[in-house]
Formats: sequence, C-alpha cells, structure tokens
Amino acid sequence: MHKKIIKSFLSILLIILPLTVIAQETHSNDDYDKSKKGFDAGTFIIDHIGDSYEWHIATFGEFHLSIPLPVILYSKEKGINVFMSSKFHHGHDEYKGFKIETAKNSNKGKIVETLSDGTVIRPIDISITKNTLSLFLSLILITWVFLSIAKRYKTTKNKPPKGLQSLLEPLIIFIRDDIAKASIGEKKYEKFLPFLLSVFFFIFLNNLFGLVPVFPGGANLTGNIAITMVLAIFTFIITTINGSKSYWTHVVNTPGVPWWLKIPIPLMPLVEIMGVFTKPFVLMIRLFANITAGHIIVLGFFSLIFIFGINVNVYAGYGFSIVSVAFTVFMTLLELLVAFIQAYVFTLLSALYFGMATEEHH
Amino acid sequence: MGLVTPDFGLVFWMVLSFLIVLFILKKFAWKPILSALKEREDSIQGALESAENAKKEMSKLKADNEQIIHQAKIERDRLLQEAREVKGKIISEAKTQATKDADKIIAQAKISIQNEKDSALSDIKNKVATLSVEIAQKILKVELSKETKQKEIIEEFLKEAKFN
Repeated sequence: MHKKIIKSFLSILLIILPLTVIAQETHSNDDYDKSKKGFDAGTFIIDHIGDSYEWHIATFGEFHLSIPLPVILYSKEKGINVFMSSKFHHGHDEYKGFKIETAKNSNKGKIVETLSDGTVIRPIDISITKNTLSLFLSLILITWVFLSIAKRYKTTKNKPPKGLQSLLEPLIIFIRDDIAKASIGEKKYEKFLPFLLSVFFFIFLNNLFGLVPVFPGGANLTGNIAITMVLAIFTFIITTINGSKSYWTHVVNTPGVPWWLKIPIPLMPLVEIMGVFTKPFVLMIRLFANITAGHIIVLGFFSLIFIFGINVNVYAGYGFSIVSVAFTVFMTLLELLVAFIQAYVFTLLSALYFGMATEEHH
Repeated sequence: MGLVTPDFGLVFWMVLSFLIVLFILKKFAWKPILSALKEREDSIQGALESAENAKKEMSKLKADNEQIIHQAKIERDRLLQEAREVKGKIISEAKTQATKDADKIIAQAKISIQNEKDSALSDIKNKVATLSVEIAQKILKVELSKETKQKEIIEEFLKEAKFN
C-alpha cells in the first residue's frame, strides 16, 4: 500500500516537472489589471472560470509560473499547426499568423488567425487547453482508480472491501440501488449502469478538482458548457435510442389528453417533443450554472479584497481579507456539498429519463 | 459570450476521451466490480439464509428433544403409578390370601381337635367300662367266696324280689 502511494506520487511528479520547467520564464507584468485604473473583478473572474491555452499556476511579481500546453490548429491556409502555447508568451506575441484575441469580441481569449488578405477568422482549434488537460488528467485518474479497484474485486472475492475500495463501494452501491434500480427498474437498470456510474464519478471528481485552487485542480471543467453539453447529449442519445414504443406513443399521441389538444392543432405533441429536448438541455444548464455560480461567488469574495485594497487602500484590503476568507471557507464547504449534489442530480435525472424511455406500460 | 458557447476543441476531446474511458471502464472496471458486488451480496444472502435455516433446525431439534423428554417424563410417571398400583394390589391380595389360609388352618385344627377329643372320650369310656367290669369281677370273687355272704345276698335279692 505505501509503495503504491509513493509510486503514483512519483509518476504524477514526472508528468508535472518537465512541464513546469519549460514554463519558467520571466515576463514583464503589464497585465490588464495594472494598465487600467483600479481592479476589474469581472475580467478577473471570467478569466479564472474560463478556458486558457496555458495552465497558470502562480505569479511572483514579474514572474509567471505556468504550464504551456500544446496548441493544435487546422486552417485552410496553413494546414495543421502544432506548437506549444509558450510561443505566444502569455498572449503577448503572434506566432505564424496566429494570436490570442485580446479585443473584446466573441473570440476574446481564443486563438484567431489573420489571413493573408487581413481578415481575422477562427481556425479549427483542437488545442489541448487547460480544460482539456484537466479532462485528460481526471479521466486517467478515474480509469486508474477503477481499474485498480476492479482488480482488487477480482482477486479478493467475497471479502470485505479495503482502502479505496471501501470508500468507493458505498457510492457504487448507492448509484446502483438508489439511482439506477429505483429509477429504471429491476429489469433494465443493468444496461445503463456503466454510463451512470461513469458520469457520476466523472462529474463528482471534476467538481472536487474544480474546488482545488492549484494544479492539478483549478480548471473549471464541469462549469464549462462544452463538457456539460456533451454529457447531456450522451444522455439524450441513450434516451432516444432506448425509447420504447409506449415512450414514443406518449410523445406523439399522449394518452389521457382530450382529443382537441391534438387535433387540429397538435398542441400536446409539440409540447412533448419540446420536452424531449428540454430535458437534456436543462441537464446541461443546471450543472454548468451551479458549478460556475459557485466559482463566481468564491472568486467574487476574493476579488473584494483587491477591490478594497486597490480601489480604497491597502489596509481596507487587509481588513476585508478576514471577512473574505471566512466567507470563502464557508462557500467552499458549501461547494463540497454542491459537488456531490450536482453529480447526484445529473445521474439521477439521467436515470429517470432512461426509466421513462424504457417503461413498457402504464 | 464566451462562457455559454461550447468550444469545439473541448467538445471534440470530451466526446473522444469520454467514450474511450466509458468503453474501458465498462469492460474492465464496472463489469467485474458489479459482478463481484452481486456475487458477494448473493453469498452473504446465502450465508444469512443458511444461518437462519440452521437456527430453525436447531430450535426444531430443541423442541423435539423437549417433546421427547416430556414424553419420557410422562412415561416414567405412568410406570411409577402402575408399579405403585401393582404393589398395592399384590400386598392386599397377599393379605386376603393369608387370612383365608389362616382361617382354613384354624378350622381344620378345630375339626381335628374335636375328633381327637371325641376319640379320646370314647377311649376313656371303653377303659372305664372295662375297668368297672374288672372291678366288679374282683369284688364278686371276693364277696362270693364265703358261704354266708352268698346266702345273705341271695336272701336280700329274694327280699327285694317280692312277688308283686
């Protein structure tokens, strides 16, 4: 057990160290918050909850410690381009006609390409951004954890769980019994269980990672709409594929509804068809909004220190830091709860939709 | 706004990597974990059930034993009762028999005593008769040996024998 921990710790270090070494380059600190008068909390917060091409860890005066990440671009003019984001020098430089947009438009903070005729477009961008790397790390961690406990289950059959296994087993059983079995039913739940378990642990782990302020946490992955959208689309696809005859009958020709709601104007069918799409849409928005809102509140409390410190005076900043830290601690504890609840809610609702789709009779 | 527009790159990586991980986990993690959990639950369930059965069996055996003991007790009591009854009967029978026997013996004894007495009395009578005759003979011999005496007696008889 001890050896294993050391081994995994070392392997994590081996991944991180070369990255950080590359990252160590000093830079003149002429950020937006100094160029402007006062402290812009809005930009600060949005920058922190958004994605970025490098993984910023800390700033010591003039020195930025950040991990540069690979940029992968495809443009019609230049083809495939792969380079490290350090080439941009934290967004100050242009490289091969690509640059990080700083102007306040829809592409702000993203890589744009200046074409030879001077127009600025956005190339196809599948860069390994901060969120992508965080996604990979969390997925690797999940895979490693569950493969190792699966091995344990295979070797120690019919024995009580141990260590990590005993930590995760209640959750697995909780999802199996209280979410899958309860919502889908005894007969069909097994088919959906792998997806539900994977989604639950993915969301839960990334919610927790999002609360850790420094690397390898800090990326706001489950508060990113792309991630929640993909998860919601998976739920939608599974629901649609597994829809039983009675499910579609229910959508197209809802039983127990007066005929004049269906003919001549198909009011109910329209509402039901809309419902098919709003369900995953709501899933997407709920997770995204909850996690993002939590982060915004925590960052807002922190920003207050700098708002007071820069806009009023240093002592007000110090004074308010006590209040800020207290509130942040409270919020973070609350967020721990939210991290679990949101993972639970997403899984439960997905299971409920699967249950509705596979229900045979009424 | 950048916050609510899904980024193509992230969607691409998310779909790709999540599907791969889902596949790996489904095949190599969830399947063995869930089957192991099920197996363990089944074995626990089985163990509990067999324990319950054993308990039932035990209590049944216990009840059977108690039943047997109870019956044995009843049997013993019955036997003792019987034995007591038999004893009383035997004793009383023996008593009546003994009384009967004793009465019989006494009656016999009485009869034989009577007989003995009768025979003894008749013996005595015979003896007395013989003796009287002998005495009389002797007296007669003595009396009648003298001539005078004979004449006196004859005279006396003749006196008495008055021809009425």
